[in-house]
Amino acid sequence: MGLLDYFRSSQPKGSANVAKERLQILVAHDRAARDRPSYLPKLQQEIIDVIRKYVDVDMNAVSVNYEQEDAHEVLELNIVLPEAAQQRLAP
Amino acid sequence: MARIIVITSGKGGVGKTTTAAALAMGLALKGKRTAVVDFDVGLRNLDLIMGCERRVVYDFVNVIKEEATLNQALIRDKRSDHLYILPASQTRDKDALAKDAVGRVLEELSDSFDFVVCDSPAGIEHGATMAMYYADDAIVVTNPEVSSVRDSDRMLGILSSKSRRAENGDEPIREHLLLTRYDPRRVDNGDMLSVEDVQEILSLSLIGVIPESKAVLSASNAGIPVILDHDSDAGQAYADTVSRYLGEDIPHRFTEAEKKGFLSRLFKG
Repeated sequence: MGLLDYFRSSQPKGSANVAKERLQILVAHDRAARDRPSYLPKLQQEIIDVIRKYVDVDMNAVSVNYEQEDAHEVLELNIVLPEAAQQRLAP
Repeated sequence: MARIIVITSGKGGVGKTTTAAALAMGLALKGKRTAVVDFDVGLRNLDLIMGCERRVVYDFVNVIKEEATLNQALIRDKRSDHLYILPASQTRDKDALAKDAVGRVLEELSDSFDFVVCDSPAGIEHGATMAMYYADDAIVVTNPEVSSVRDSDRMLGILSSKSRRAENGDEPIREHLLLTRYDPRRVDNGDMLSVEDVQEILSLSLIGVIPESKAVLSASNAGIPVILDHDSDAGQAYADTVSRYLGEDIPHRFTEAEKKGFLSRLFKG
């Protein structure tokens, strides 16, 4: 550590902070994915297939979120219909 | 019944085999009958780190295939009467480790040993999952570095879902964090994740911190587990780790940079 570094040492620190932040986000994301039931992707696919019978939606229009809270699990389905959807709905 | 300890990490090169050798030798030095098993089929290295590579006759896969008995394959360590090594096969493929057969061998080891240390290969393939499947305790070896920390977290997920204890709904595997290649000076400079950072990210109990040390390479060059280098920082840190594993309450050492005087800090380039 040279003279300059000595006086600089009170300044914000190096790359470790960045590493920690990145890891915290990543690990939280990985853990959430790990706890999900394994049927979720298939469920999502089948829901999309059913919706597609009536409305022309793409894969990204359906999101399936699974959250675990202390005593219960929440399965959240979010389907975004395209703007022209109403015209195509079955009578 | 022995306690089965898996040394795991996901990422390669973080110090699993060094740790397996040191921990096994440390337990043996404490008078515990210990067997250390190399699960890295095809890439065996534990024998080299333990310094018994020229005494390998039969290996783990021979025992699994019932081509040799366990007693024929176990190599007694020359430095401790309590320590035996079961080397991996160098030639077979990793799928030679059938789950039931591994269980049978570990059970047989359990009858005559207090501790069975399983040195896992890197990765998450068959050899690695077999090494952890029957474990009672896991030591997750982690470097203070992003990919190692991430891989360790991945291993924690596998430990808690794909082990025998998880499948049977038994008490979960006891998981411990062992931080290796730690450089307190770089931590002080803000260039390396600190012990606290890694612990916070992984939420694991810390069993030891092994400093980055020249002694580790010297020890592996010579085929002597680094824990036998009593004068070295790494050797002492491993000795502390073994004591902690056996339930002693010992403060962590080598986690702070040596304090330098004002003048040396000022003038050292």
